[in-house]
Amino acid sequence: MGTLEILLGASLVGALTCYLLTGGADFGAGIWTLFAFGRSGQRQRALIDQAIGPIWEANHVWLIVAVTILFTAFPPAFSVIATGLHIPLSLMLVGIVLRGTAFAVRTHDVTSRDGSSSVSPIWRHLFAVSSIITPALLGISVGAVASGRLTAASSPSGSFTERFVAPWLGAFPLSVGLLTSALVAYLAAVYLLVESQDQELRNAFRRRAKAACLAVLLTGGFALVQAREGAPEIYAGLRHTPVGLLAIVVTFGLHVAALMTLWKVRDRAARGFAVAAAVIMLWGWALSQYPYLVEPNITIADAAPDETLRLLLASLILGSIILFPLLYYLYRIFKGRVVF
Amino acid sequence: MTDLIAARTQMAMSLGFHIVFAVLGIAMPALIAAAEWRWLSKEDRNGLSLAKRWSKGTAILFAVGAVSGTVLSFELGLLWPTFMEQAGPSIGPLFALEGFAFFTEAIFLGIYLYGWSRIPPCVHFLSGLIVVASGIASAVFVVAANAWMNAPSGFVLQEGRLSQIDPVAPLWHPVAWHEAGHLLLGAFAATGFLVAAIHAFWLLKEPDSAFHRLALSIALAIGGPAALLQPLSGDLIAKSVAVHQPAKLASMESLFATKTGAEFVLGGIPDAATRTVSYGLLIPSGLSLLLYGDANAQVIGLDRFPPEDWPPVAVVHVAFQTMVACGMVMAALAAWSGWRWWRSGSLKLDRPWLWTLVASGPLGFVAIEAGWVVTEVGRQPWIIDHVLRTADAVTPMPGLWIPMVIFTLLYVVLAGVVLWAIWKHIAATYTAPT
Ligand code: HDD
Ligand code: HEM
Ligand code: HEM
Repeated sequence: MGTLEILLGASLVGALTCYLLTGGADFGAGIWTLFAFGRSGQRQRALIDQAIGPIWEANHVWLIVAVTILFTAFPPAFSVIATGLHIPLSLMLVGIVLRGTAFAVRTHDVTSRDGSSSVSPIWRHLFAVSSIITPALLGISVGAVASGRLTAASSPSGSFTERFVAPWLGAFPLSVGLLTSALVAYLAAVYLLVESQDQELRNAFRRRAKAACLAVLLTGGFALVQAREGAPEIYAGLRHTPVGLLAIVVTFGLHVAALMTLWKVRDRAARGFAVAAAVIMLWGWALSQYPYLVEPNITIADAAPDETLRLLLASLILGSIILFPLLYYLYRIFKGRVVF
Repeated sequence: MTDLIAARTQMAMSLGFHIVFAVLGIAMPALIAAAEWRWLSKEDRNGLSLAKRWSKGTAILFAVGAVSGTVLSFELGLLWPTFMEQAGPSIGPLFALEGFAFFTEAIFLGIYLYGWSRIPPCVHFLSGLIVVASGIASAVFVVAANAWMNAPSGFVLQEGRLSQIDPVAPLWHPVAWHEAGHLLLGAFAATGFLVAAIHAFWLLKEPDSAFHRLALSIALAIGGPAALLQPLSGDLIAKSVAVHQPAKLASMESLFATKTGAEFVLGGIPDAATRTVSYGLLIPSGLSLLLYGDANAQVIGLDRFPPEDWPPVAVVHVAFQTMVACGMVMAALAAWSGWRWWRSGSLKLDRPWLWTLVASGPLGFVAIEAGWVVTEVGRQPWIIDHVLRTADAVTPMPGLWIPMVIFTLLYVVLAGVVLWAIWKHIAATYTAPT
C-alpha cells in the first residue's frame, strides 16, 4: 500500500471532517428551527437564517469533494457502497434536495424581507424535518460501511433483503445515525451560542448545547455497545488498540470539558472542545477501520492506477492552495467576529 | 418497465432538470454583472436595482442547481456502479477539478448575494465576475467527462477493462472543446432570450420603463451574439460527430444507407424497421455538402452497424431537427434585432418585435434539452462508446421504478415551486422603480 493511497485516504477523511464541521452544522442549525417557537421563536429563526445563509452552499461542496475523491481514487469501494446503500443514500438525497430548496424558498422570497413571516410554515417544517433526517441517513450509511455487512450486497446470490436492506437496517447503523444527528445538533448549538448577541438566545442555546452534548454522549455510548455485535472489526479497533482506546478516552474527556465550560459560561472554549471532540470521533472511526474502506474486504489498496491518484492528489493540493484563502475570505466577511 | 429503462429514465430526468439550473447558473451572473457594471460606470440607478432584482430572483435557482447536482454525483454510482468503477480513474479527476470550480462559485456567490453592503463596490463586481468564470469552468470540466463517454480516449482496452490510463487525455480531447464551446454558447443564448422575453413582456405593458429597457438590452447584447455563433459551432460539432460517432450522426440525419452525395433530410419521421423516412423534405447532396463541403462525399449510414447497435433513430432524428430549428429561429431573431439596432442606433420598441421576443423566450431551453437527447440517446446502446454497454453498467438493485417515480415526483413539485417563486418575483418586479 503506497503513500499515494494513504494520502488520498486521509484527504477523504479530511473532506468528511470539513463537511461535518461546516455543512453538518448547517443541518444542525436546521434541527434547532424545530424548537424555535414561543416568544423568541422568530428571533431564533432569524439568527439561524443569517448564520447559515451566505455559507451553506460553499459548506455543502465538501460532501461533493468527498464523493469525488471516493469514486476517483477508490472506485471499487464507491461501487459497493452505491450498490448496497442505494436505499438510504437515495433517501438522503431527497433530504438534501428538500432541505436546500426549503431554505432557499424561505429566505429568498422577495416578499420576505421583513423576516420569514409571509412564507407558508410548510417550508419551515420541511426545512427542520429534512435537517434531522438527512444527517441521520448519512450516519446510517457510514455505520453500514463500518459494519462489515455491506459486501454481502455484491454477492448476487442473496435475497433482496439480504443484499439491499440488511446491511443498513440494523441496530449498529441506526445508532450511528442517531449519533450523527445528535452531533450536528450539538455543533450547531455551540456555534449559534457564540454567534448570537442576544442574551436570551444565548441562554437558550447554552441550555440546548448542554442537552445536545448529553445526547451525543448517550448515543455515542450506545453506538459503541452496539458495535460489539454490529461492527466487530471497528469494536476491536477501538477497544483493543492503544489509538482506539485513546480516542475513546479523549473524546469522553472533551465532552466533559465542554459541559463544564458551558456551565461556567465560557462559550468559546466550549465551542473549541466540541469541535475537537467531533474531529476525534471521526478520525477515531477512520483509524480504527484503517486500512479498510469497506469492512471486511475492501482496503485503500483497491485503488485507481497511480497516474490517476497522482493527478487527483495534485488537483487537491493545487485546489486547496487556492481554496483555503478564498474560504478564509468568505468567513472573514460574514463570520469575522465569531470565527477569528 | 425494466430496471434498465427505469434507471435511464431517472438519469435522463435528473440531468434534464439539472441542466436548466446549470445553464441559468452560468449565464445569469454575466447578465447581473453587466447590470452592475452599468451602475458602476454610468451611475445608472436602474443598473443597480436591476442587478439586485436579478440576483435576488436567481438565488433560488442556484440553490436548486446545487442540490440537483449533488443528486447527480451520487446517481452516477447509485444507478451505474459498473460505469463508475471503470470510468472513475479516467474521468474522476475532471470531477475533482469541477468540485473546486463549485467551491469557488459557491464562495463568491455567497459573497455576491449577501455582501452588497459589506465589501467595496468594485470587489463586489469582481466577485460577480468570478462566479461567471467558475460557472464556465465547471461546465467545461463536466462536459469533458461527457465527451469522454462519447469519444473515450487515454487508455488501452484489455479483456474488457481499461488499463494504462492517462487521466489527462479526456480534457485535451477535441470533442471536449467542441462540446464545451457549443454548450456555453447555448447557455448564454438560451438565458439571454429567456430574460429578454420576460422583460419584453413587461415592455408591452409599460413601454416607457427605462428599467425594463435596460434589462432587455443587456439580455440581447449577451444572448444575441451567442445565438448568431451557435449554428457555426453546431456545424463544427456535427463534423466531429461524423468522425467519432458515425452511428450517432447517421441517426441524427436518418441516413440508413451509406452513400455518396447523401441528401439532407429536413423534418420527417424515420422508421427503423423499414429503413425509410416519411414526410421529410429531401435536399439532394445536402448532407455531404454540409459535412465535407463536397457534394459527392461519402457519408456512412446505419447499414454499416448491426441493428442491435443502433440508437433509437426516430428520437435522435426528431430531437436533432428540433434543436436545429430552434437554433435557426434564434439566430434569425438575433440578426433581425442587431440589424434594427444598427439602423436606428437604439432599441426601438414596436409591438411585433416585442411579441416575437416573448414568443421565442423558451426556444433556447427547448434546444438545450433536445441537444442533450441527441448526445445521450444517440450514444446508445453504449454508456462508454464501444467500450461498455449501458445494459451492463446498471446497478443490480431491483425495483428501480420506485426511486425513479420518487425523484420524478420530487422534481415535478420542485419545478412547480421554483416557477411559483420566480413568478412572484417577476410580478413584484413589475412595480419596480424606473
Ligand atoms: C441554445 C441551445 C442550442 C442551440 C440553439 C443549438 N444547440 Fe446543438 N446542442 C446544444 C444546444 C444547442 C446542447 C444542449 O448544449 C448540446 C448537447 C451536448 C452538447 O455538447 O451541446 C448540443 C449538441 C449538439 C450536437 C451533438 C453533439 C454530440 O453528440 O457530441 C450537434 C451535432 C449539434 N448540437 C449541432 C447543432 C446545430 C447544427 C445547431 C444549429 C443551429 C445547434 N446545434 C443549435
Ligand atoms: C446536463 C445535461 C445532460 C442531459 C440533459 C443529459 C441527458 C441524458 C439522457 C436523456 C440520458 C438517457 C439516454 C438514454 O438512456 O436513452 C442520459 C444518460 C446518461 N448520461 Fe447524460 N445528459 C447530460 C449530461 C451528462 C453528463 C455531463 C454526464 C457525465 C459526465 C452524463 C452522464 C450520463 C450517464 C452516465 C447516463 C446513463 C447511461 C446512458 O444512458 O448512457 N450526462 N443523459
Ligand atoms: C453538461 C452538463 C452540466 C453542466 C453544464 C453543469 C454545470 C453546473 C453549474 C454551472 C453548476 C453551478 C450552478 C448552480 O448551482 O446552479 C452546477 C452545479 C452542480 N453540478 Fe452540474 N453541470 C452539468 C452536469 C452535471 C453532472 C453530470 C453532475 C454529476 C456528476 C453535476 C454535478 C453538479 C453538482 C454536484 C453541483 C453542485 C455544486 C454546488 O454545490 O455548488 N453536474 N453544475
